[in-house]
Formats: sequence, C-alpha cells, structure tokens
Amino acid sequence: MVEDREGAALQAIVYQRDAGLAVDVNGIARRFGRKWALRGVSLRVEAGEVVAVVGRNGSGKTTLLRILATLLRPTRGGGRIYGHDLVSEAAEIRELVGLLGHAPGIYGDLTAQENLVFALRMMGRTPDRSAVLEALEAVGLAREAGERARHFSAGMQRRLALARMFLQRPRLILLDEPYASFDPEGIERVNAFLKESSARGAAALVATHDLARAAAVVDRVVRMDAGTLVEESWTRPADTGGEPAAFAVGPGEGRGEWNA
Amino acid sequence: MERVRGWRRELARAGAIVWKDLTAERRTRANFNAVVSLAVLTLLLFGFALGPDTEALRAAAAGVLWLTVLFSGVLAFNRSYQLELENGALDTLLLYPGERRSIFLGKLGANFAFVLLVELVVVPVAAVIYNLPLLRPFPGLAGVMLLGTLGFVTLGTFYAAMASRSRAREVLLPLLLFPMMIPVLVGSVEATSALLAGDPMGDSGAWLRLLVVFDLVFLVASVLAFEHVIEE
Repeated sequence: MVEDREGAALQAIVYQRDAGLAVDVNGIARRFGRKWALRGVSLRVEAGEVVAVVGRNGSGKTTLLRILATLLRPTRGGGRIYGHDLVSEAAEIRELVGLLGHAPGIYGDLTAQENLVFALRMMGRTPDRSAVLEALEAVGLAREAGERARHFSAGMQRRLALARMFLQRPRLILLDEPYASFDPEGIERVNAFLKESSARGAAALVATHDLARAAAVVDRVVRMDAGTLVEESWTRPADTGGEPAAFAVGPGEGRGEWNA
Repeated sequence: MERVRGWRRELARAGAIVWKDLTAERRTRANFNAVVSLAVLTLLLFGFALGPDTEALRAAAAGVLWLTVLFSGVLAFNRSYQLELENGALDTLLLYPGERRSIFLGKLGANFAFVLLVELVVVPVAAVIYNLPLLRPFPGLAGVMLLGTLGFVTLGTFYAAMASRSRAREVLLPLLLFPMMIPVLVGSVEATSALLAGDPMGDSGAWLRLLVVFDLVFLVASVLAFEHVIEE
C-alpha cells in the first residue's frame, strides 16, 4: 500500500518534470525508400528554450522538424511533445505546434488579410479583424492587408506566414531556414518573435545555416550530420550583429555557460 | 478570440475551405473556363461522331453527358489540390489543429459546388445538341444529377488527395478514379436514360436508390480513409 503511494508520488514527480519538457524524442529515425534521412536522433528541449539546429544540406534538419510537427511519422523511435505521444496523439500535438517551412504555405489568390482570416477559421477561432491587423502590423504588412498575396515578393510571403504564427502563438515553434528571403528588418522581426515567444514559455527549434543571424536568440546549438545528432553545445554562439561568422559547435560544457 | 469546439468547429473548418477554394476560383475563373470549354467541346465532338441521326443522339445522350462530366471533373479535382501544393499550403493545412476529415469535407463541398456549376452550363448545351426534353423529367433529373455528382465528386476528391503527392498525379488520378467510378456511372447513366425516355417502366427509382447507397458507402469510406491517404 505504502509502496503504491510512493510509486504514485514518484510518477507525479516524473509527470511534473516532463510537463516542462517541450520536446523529448528518443532514437527517431526516418527512411524514404532505401535512404535513411534520420538515423536515430534523441533530443530534449525545455519549455522557453530556443535551440538552433545546424548542419549541411541533407543532414536531416528538415525531416526532424517535420516529424516533430507530425507531418511525418518516424520509421523507428518515438517521443513526446509536451507529454503527448508523437504518433498516437498527433492531433493534440497539432494544437501546440507551429511550423514555418521552406514554402510560406499561403494562398496567392487571397489577400493577406483573407489568408489570416482563413488561418484563424482553420484554427477553430472566430475571425477577429483587429487581431489579424495586429499580426500584419507585427510583420510590417499592414499597408498590404488588402492586396493579393500572389503579388508579394518572396520575403513578403514569408512575412505573411510569420504573421500566421503570430496569430497561432504555438507552444513549440519550428522554423526551417527562417532567415531565407528576409531583409534585415524581417530578420529582426523573426528574432523579436522568438524572444517574445521564449519569454512566454514557448520552445523553439530553428534549423538554419545562418547561425550568425540566430545568435541573438538561441540558447543552445545542436549539429546534425548524415541523419544523426553529432554535437551539442550548451554554449551560446557569439552574437556578431548579423555578420557572417564561423562557429565551432563543440560538445556541451554544462547548462548556463555563456560564451557571448 | 473565441474558440469554437466539437463538431461545430469541424463544420466551420470545412466551411472555411469551401469559402477559400470558391473565392480563389471566383477571382481567377481559370479553372471554370477551362473545364466548361472542355465539356462543351466533348459534347460537340461526340455529337459529330454519332452523326445527324436524332434518335441515335438521344439514345446516347445520357452516357455522353455523364462521360463529359467525368472527363471535365477530373481537371477540376486535380486543380483543387494543385492550389494546395503551390507555396506548400497543403502542409500548412495539415498542420492546423483539428480533425483532418474536415479538410476532406471542405474540399468535397467546394468540388461539389464547382461541378454543379459546370453542369448548369453543360446540361442545357447537351439538351440543345442532343435534342433532349429537359422540362418534363426535370425534378427526377435534378435528383439524379445531384446524387450522381455527389458520388463522383466524393471519389474524385478522395483519389485526387491520394494522387496529389505523386509527380504523375495528372495521369494517376484517372487511372485510380475511373475503375471505381463504374457503379456510380452505370447508376447515373441508367437513371438519366430512363428519365429522358419518360420512365415507361418506372425503373429510375431503383437506380436512384442504388445511387443513394453508393454515395453513402463511398462517403463514409472516404471520410474514414482520408487521414491515411493524405499523409506523406
């Protein structure tokens, strides 16, 4: 009886600890045909933490993000997002996750405002014009609210996709090459969004080749190669003010050590 | 912002997709114009192929009409998912919280409305070319068109989703769809033929009931299987 009570208390402690974990995946692998894109990645990300995922093209960054977003099922391995199982509780995870992929995922024949109204309706929320305009303002597209997205530049389309994420306010933010196509002001807005989200307790994984741009916001860097996570550093990369820089991502030396 | 829950939320999500697809189509009209042009041309070509014999034309009219709807509908289904593939919108759509079957129901609603609009043009044109009496059998004919179109669009929307991830989707969709369409096609053609001939044997009712059964079976099966076919 006493053992049961102790077991339950221990389980409660484990659940309490895991509640602070945004991502907890273990040995996830994914195969496309005969090619393994991921070969067993284990990763834990805490709520409020911003993690940069770096690595060469084809190293598995995008596949990892798509699995965490539930767009792909892992061939092997599994894990949890905020305590929800990656495979069996995908619907619950989609309530918590926002992904900005390579493509903006917008409709060219709808206006910027209509794109966001559609997004709100798909999120199961009643369309709120002021919230939509606020999100467009946040990404610097307020003046283009009534224009069709087809006429936007690539950078503006990405900003519109970012505005959708502003509206969604996900608890796990997955950004795949978020700095591509953005001008310096757009990059500032991405980083401001990440800072604000992290401050309210959201976790973020940022797959990027441009660590210099992400340096201002990331807490940790992990490096992938050939579908595996090869190095992990708890050391924050130096902020070069957006200037290109080479970063040596070494093995972790312990949480909280900064090298800025 | 108020959050809507349960089946009302899923219905609202399906409605959002109908609104989005029809708004995009209304803005460009590219798909509608192409599909209607193809349908009218198909009717004309069949007319020329069958010759000037009025009886022969009238006897073949039901089959020609449904084949025309079938061929032109395939274009519409492909286009429906093409919209989602541009700019990677399909992934975004799949990532929204909620039931994925709402996406299917939304796509189905938009395609159903689209094909019905095409039929509003195609049926009167067929009536002129094939000398068909439309007014007398109108209520029954409208029922057959609605039921036949629902079955056709249900299958078309489902298989277009399945083919959408393939590079050869334009070829793959008819290959998947046409064999599965045979029951709906036979039921629709037989019911239409009977009604156009004045339904002397009263057998249109049996075909209509059969169409209802096909529609229900295909609708339930497609809704249940959609989540599995749309995943990468």
